[in-house]
Amino acid sequence: MIITLFVIVTATFFLMQFLPGTPFTNPEKLTEKQLALLNAKYGLDQPAAVQYLRYIGNLLQGDFGYSFQYQGRTVVSMISDRIGPSALIGLQALVFGTIVGLALGIISALRHNTILDYGSVTIAVLGMSIPSFVFAALLQYIVGVKFQLLPVALWESYASTILPSLALSVTVIATVARFIRSEMLEVLGQDYVTTARAKGLRESVVIGKHVFRNALIPVVTMLGPLAVSIMTGTLVIEKIFGVPGLGEQFTLSILVLDYSVIMGITLFYSALFILVVFLVDLLYGLLDPRIDYKQGGQA
Amino acid sequence: MNKVETKPVVKQSPAEQQHPEITADLFVPAPYEEKEDEAFAKPALSFWQEAMHRLFKNKGAVISLVVLVLLIVLALVGPMLNEHTYRSQNLAHSNLPAKISGLEWLGFDGKNAKGVDVYEQRGIETNYWFGTDEFGRDLWTRVWKGTQISLFIAVVAAALDLVIGVVYGGISSFYGGRVDNVMQRIIEILMGIPNLIVIILFILILEPGITSIILAMVLTGWVGMARVVRGQILQLKGQEFVLASQTLGASNARLIGKHLLPNVMGPIIVTIMFTIPTAIFFEAFLSFIGLGLQAPMASLGVLIEDGYKSMRSFAYKLLFPAVVISTIMICFNLLADGLRDALDPKMRK
Repeated sequence: MIITLFVIVTATFFLMQFLPGTPFTNPEKLTEKQLALLNAKYGLDQPAAVQYLRYIGNLLQGDFGYSFQYQGRTVVSMISDRIGPSALIGLQALVFGTIVGLALGIISALRHNTILDYGSVTIAVLGMSIPSFVFAALLQYIVGVKFQLLPVALWESYASTILPSLALSVTVIATVARFIRSEMLEVLGQDYVTTARAKGLRESVVIGKHVFRNALIPVVTMLGPLAVSIMTGTLVIEKIFGVPGLGEQFTLSILVLDYSVIMGITLFYSALFILVVFLVDLLYGLLDPRIDYKQGGQA
Repeated sequence: MNKVETKPVVKQSPAEQQHPEITADLFVPAPYEEKEDEAFAKPALSFWQEAMHRLFKNKGAVISLVVLVLLIVLALVGPMLNEHTYRSQNLAHSNLPAKISGLEWLGFDGKNAKGVDVYEQRGIETNYWFGTDEFGRDLWTRVWKGTQISLFIAVVAAALDLVIGVVYGGISSFYGGRVDNVMQRIIEILMGIPNLIVIILFILILEPGITSIILAMVLTGWVGMARVVRGQILQLKGQEFVLASQTLGASNARLIGKHLLPNVMGPIIVTIMFTIPTAIFFEAFLSFIGLGLQAPMASLGVLIEDGYKSMRSFAYKLLFPAVVISTIMICFNLLADGLRDALDPKMRK
């Protein structure tokens, strides 16, 4: 985990060195002296190796450096300012998407090969296929512009979180629904389900206790990829709906080449991703006692 | 093993000793003739014939295949079907809605949001099938040109993924041991980095363009393929037919080429089919956040971004590329699902 993070830090740092252009706006308007002063201020006059060591040292102390774009703002403060809205719509999308996805998947598994099944499979395929930003744009057009039901952009009230969350949740719904459907179908064919039915258990108990629980375990593994798709989604969705979140800041910083902010957010995303994957692994082991990490499983 | 032993009677069986009245000459061996049910009813199908048979039973996959072929043909031929090119501008004809004579009832009536026929208003004779953009470029031509470029990027990226992934996964799993260990650690680190971020960083360095988009996508894309190939080969390597071939003195090249790769083909094809829509998505995504192709080039992502900007007054500009990209993605996903079911009936869920 730590090694991965270290590699990411190093790779991003040296990639940044190759970036064309400078982070200062209008470099042609600055005199030689001013440029030198600015470079010295941000330590850009040092050789790359020195900058790198200094950066690593600062990172270890929780200092991600200063933004080039905004005078005197630390990257840490920018991330913490921006994370709120992103986390809000991200979590809303995750929770809403998982619930709807589970419902769709369970219905289609229990009513296998009926119209209900085909309906939810169609929804799932559409959700997997239509790019989230295309969906978001259409949603914005239909709900916001044509019928004016919900705020289109702006970040004012709770109502303005609905559309972005909805747009983000589409992928989640589709992924969860497909996954839980195939898992449920597989579990339904297992011997212990037949046994449970043969014992004369009520169908609700069979489904709730025997089928659903066992089908749910593998779904937990989907959380990692889902978290990534939501993170990816926020980059564009926030741009579309004008959400003042981390993703919007990231795309902005890329356009103005604000090195330290790009690196900071990259690191933040990567760390979050690694953390989610790690937690999912742990959770999986807890949920499914058949998996024993000590017994020479795959490291 | 249910082989029936038919030993010739040499000695008296115990039964005969107990019952002397039953002698061997009372028994006549049943005449041996090939029974009907042992004959093959049909000529044996090869694995691929069988898989194709299963694929063509899947309605969704067949329809997707047909639609995809249609879209590919349109992408290749579409831009040549009228006199406009994807970059020719005609400011007098800017922002025209779609109009196809004969298809007015479908909405291709050349009327703007207020219901005014813009063509009549401005006295324009030529019909633009998908309308025009703010520079008066023909959207029909641009949409198909864009489809062409998007598909090209996706196919090249998938092909490169394929080559790198198969070679890497093959080497890693075939030689095993320390080689495998080191190669797997590298993959694990690459997997730990959210790939979109790598792609974005690379495009920043390489300057946006077709080549840089492809390279950036391949940079992280091959990992999935390598993992699939490695997993499959590891599984196959321990099986008897490989051991038998090895015992007979087959070279490594022969083992890989003749025994391992053909058996991994199924999962490889399925992985490619899932890679292509992902690549199309990433290309569109990058264009949408402003890191895609530069004007006047068109890809579906660029067109969607342009359309999105003027969505409020000219919804058709967003609609056409959005419909095309969604159709392509849906078809590829359905076809890939169908192929997976067809190629590996065990995996069918």
